[in-house]
Amino acid sequence: MIYSLCFVLFIIGLYCALTKKNIVKIVIGLIIMEYAVNLFLVLLGYRKDGVAPIVEKTTNPLEFLATSVDPLPQALVVTSIVIGLGVTTLAIALCIKLYEKYGTFDISEIRRLKG
Amino acid sequence: MGIEIYLLVLLIFIIVGALIAVETKNLLSAVISLGAIGFGLSIAFLFLRAPDLAIVQIAVEVILLIFLIRATIGRDVISAKGHIHWAGLVVICLLAVAVFVFGLFAFRSLNEFGAPIIASVQDAPSNKYLQDGLKSTGAANIVTAVLLDYRAYDTLGEATVLFAAIIGALAVLRGRAASRRKGSRQMGSPQAGSERRKDK
Repeated sequence: MIYSLCFVLFIIGLYCALTKKNIVKIVIGLIIMEYAVNLFLVLLGYRKDGVAPIVEKTTNPLEFLATSVDPLPQALVVTSIVIGLGVTTLAIALCIKLYEKYGTFDISEIRRLKG
Repeated sequence: MGIEIYLLVLLIFIIVGALIAVETKNLLSAVISLGAIGFGLSIAFLFLRAPDLAIVQIAVEVILLIFLIRATIGRDVISAKGHIHWAGLVVICLLAVAVFVFGLFAFRSLNEFGAPIIASVQDAPSNKYLQDGLKSTGAANIVTAVLLDYRAYDTLGEATVLFAAIIGALAVLRGRAASRRKGSRQMGSPQAGSERRKDK
């Protein structure tokens, strides 16, 4: 149920990136897809009634091993979020540059004004 | 039980936000709805017991919103002129539905929500990290231990990608500033200055 809702979010982003003519809308679709994938990876690692993967002084090691959520997806998703920021920044810079050159965000106009 | 209901409500909120961001005509409203999605996602990470992710998500979201608002503010915020290709739209919708249905079939092979793979596979690497993380790296936060010790090369690669992306963005945006300066020097009159101010 929760997985499929997360997948609905991904499909919304895919639809936005494929059908919209405004390049900022396309970038927004890419961002939504990225969020959906990040959320899905963290959902996969969740354990019912789990605790955060942080050791405290009072933690019992065996109990911690049995109740902690999966730390590996979280570590990789931290990496993925930061890389997503870099890539999106580059895309937005290209959008700003295209607007400077053509005076519009509409992708069909940009295609028409070639050269 | 409780967490699942909270997560469902949050996910529905996120999906409604995404629909608004996709379908609204005004670009600034779309960007603001995207901000709502990002902050909702950070609360979802908190519910999923990932505090590091929640913090990173908030920081990234704020920076992203600043960039997006810089790109959209004062531009042609109302778009969507001209005709729509109905045939293409129908094909894309059918494709999206097909992908969704096949994805639902694929989800059947996954474990139930709340029963991760580390619970069923005993020698998964995460179990080793949880067991020895504090002893062998000295980091109480196992996510930090994985990021900066067990998989440090991964983090190095991340920093490289981030550096390359920022260099690219700077190169793209600097070209604009240089050409503008050249243009005003060529004109060499007070008009050029006023035009530049208007540009901003």
